[in-house]
Amino acid sequence: MGRTLFEKVWDAHVVKELPDGQTLLYIDLHLVHEVTSPQAFAGLRFAGRKVRRPELTFATMDHNVPTVNPKDVRDAIARKQIETLEQNCREFGVQLAGLDSPFQGIVHVIGPELGLTMPGKTIVCGDSHTSTHGAFGALAFGIGTSEVEHVLATQCLWQSRPKTMRIQLNGALQPGVTAKDVILGLIAKYGVNFGTGHVVEYAGSLIPQLSMEQRMTICNMSIEFGARAGMMAPDETTIAYVQGRRYAPKGEDWEACVAEWRELKSDLDAVFDVDVVFDVHDLEPQVTWGTNPGQGTGISGVVPDPKDAKSEEEALAIRQALEYMDLKPGTKISEIPIQHVFIGSCTNARIEDLRLAASIVKGRRVADGVRAVVVPGSKQVKQQAEAEGLHEIFLEAGFEWREPGCSACLGMNPDIIPAGERCASTSNRNFEGRQGKGARTHLVSPAMAAAAAIAGHFVDVRELTSEGVTA
Amino acid sequence: MEPIVRHEGLVVCMNRVNVDTDQIIPKQFLKRIERDGFGEFLFFDWRYLPDGSPNPDFELNRPEAKGATILLVDDNFGCGSSREHAVWALRDYGFRVILAPSFADIFYNNCFKNGLLPIRIPRELYKQLSESHARGEWRRMTVDLEQQTAATDHGVTFSFEIDPHKRHMLLHGLDDIGITLQYEDEIARYEASRRPYQFVYA
Ligand code: SF4
Repeated sequence: MGRTLFEKVWDAHVVKELPDGQTLLYIDLHLVHEVTSPQAFAGLRFAGRKVRRPELTFATMDHNVPTVNPKDVRDAIARKQIETLEQNCREFGVQLAGLDSPFQGIVHVIGPELGLTMPGKTIVCGDSHTSTHGAFGALAFGIGTSEVEHVLATQCLWQSRPKTMRIQLNGALQPGVTAKDVILGLIAKYGVNFGTGHVVEYAGSLIPQLSMEQRMTICNMSIEFGARAGMMAPDETTIAYVQGRRYAPKGEDWEACVAEWRELKSDLDAVFDVDVVFDVHDLEPQVTWGTNPGQGTGISGVVPDPKDAKSEEEALAIRQALEYMDLKPGTKISEIPIQHVFIGSCTNARIEDLRLAASIVKGRRVADGVRAVVVPGSKQVKQQAEAEGLHEIFLEAGFEWREPGCSACLGMNPDIIPAGERCASTSNRNFEGRQGKGARTHLVSPAMAAAAAIAGHFVDVRELTSEGVTA
Repeated sequence: MEPIVRHEGLVVCMNRVNVDTDQIIPKQFLKRIERDGFGEFLFFDWRYLPDGSPNPDFELNRPEAKGATILLVDDNFGCGSSREHAVWALRDYGFRVILAPSFADIFYNNCFKNGLLPIRIPRELYKQLSESHARGEWRRMTVDLEQQTAATDHGVTFSFEIDPHKRHMLLHGLDDIGITLQYEDEIARYEASRRPYQFVYA
């Protein structure tokens, strides 16, 4: 019987298998950030241990960093975390893209951007959205701080073998519909835990049509339906993306890698534990109305009525969500007003996301009463956007243009949405309090966020683009 | 790590699904660089009213929940962010055992690194236990990890499944890294077998 993509990557990294099913897996790349690492380094120091392979470890700072002036970290405890990471990297010999580095940015944006992320690798980070890197055909997943310490000390991780799931995404997207809508639509249909215990491989006719950045958006949110990881087989698009990047292999090594990556896909006769088919051709732009990423619908939809729920539990979840979100059943999604727009995060703050948002914003104005912010995913993204003049488009329209970081994705830094206010956000989580205590988050694509900024409420971006952009 | 072999304690029930780690420990408390002291921030946004006083309606604040060490909760507990701080906060508050129909994967793994025992129970059993608990029919539970059984103080007993490796670690309070370092030779052999291009180019 053939093997799946996941099985091939897994098998290539087995150091030791125990009779009880635990596998010691070798880790090729360990990404580190300031929030989930201090206790891990402290543990090493306490036990007198070293980082086994500092050259396979790469650190940056993103969660706490202020995006107006990154150097001006006023929160004393946040500053302490940033300084602690700097000191830990120095002491243990780990490379750091710190606040002064031209490569600093959100950890899941800079990994691919620097060519650290490559097909066939095992990649971990103390962060659940590590699933992003699976878009390259890497096995990438988030770990806890004890596991961070374990990987630092041993470059390995104990894992039990997950189950496999294939999600075939079939069809072509309508104009104005993006990868973000695909993943939101998928989770809305199947719920927030249908992937639990599984590594998901996305396949189907849609994937070859997607750029690497779009693929990353989909893999990024795999964790939002509970999947341990999301993967896509590498193809020519993947190879072209990696080529020439800072840490990508060069010369003969590159040729050898490419030859290997071309073989890296599920065999035709490979069997998955679960197989799902999701058709995207009539998918609409999506908007979440609730407090988990699965509580969403198309832009033409309405806020659901708990009375129509399929089960008692679902009805309860809807009621709780609507109470927090202050929404009434039957309200048209397009009639929900917003006060904030956040274009950023590891889901949607890459250059293509910013280009897409800028194309909608160009020549228009942010609606009165809306505060709209663009936070590029990394210094390199910011630089590229400025080279293309995107920042001017945003600034002229009334957006704020910030320095890279996680920003309002989680409000651990000064970027917080005030209680009771609504935000159209390109991030990945609409949990209660995620963007600030009492803040109400609606997850959308960068195109839909840009359109909402202009309209002051949700609006079908396809209508906005069909009107034609008047400069 | 503190081992767990047998534990008897008071049970608090939270009838909630999809409790995410942002709820368990909101991010404004993640900035500490130590592992302890997170208990006072557990479920912060639910537990305290805007003026900082305890929310009397929140499950953990009810008088009969004082001193609870066992949490009974609905589906998909611990979803969302990978923050191990969620487990540290539950432990620091005093929890040793959590029973739920399902847990999110990363959270589940994090529990075992910190002496917290997560037990998956069938949904039917969850319903039965939470409803009878709400009716006040029982309050305490004894969990025996060695036997993989549990019993409520009103006589409901059941057994549970757990990965033998994880069980072993908890029973003996073992440190993962110490165990792994016993396989040093295998790791070195593995590293020697890989081609260098797999590694980061500095
Ligand atoms: S952007 Fe948001 S989801 Fe991504 S790493 Fe930062 S905090 Fe996590």
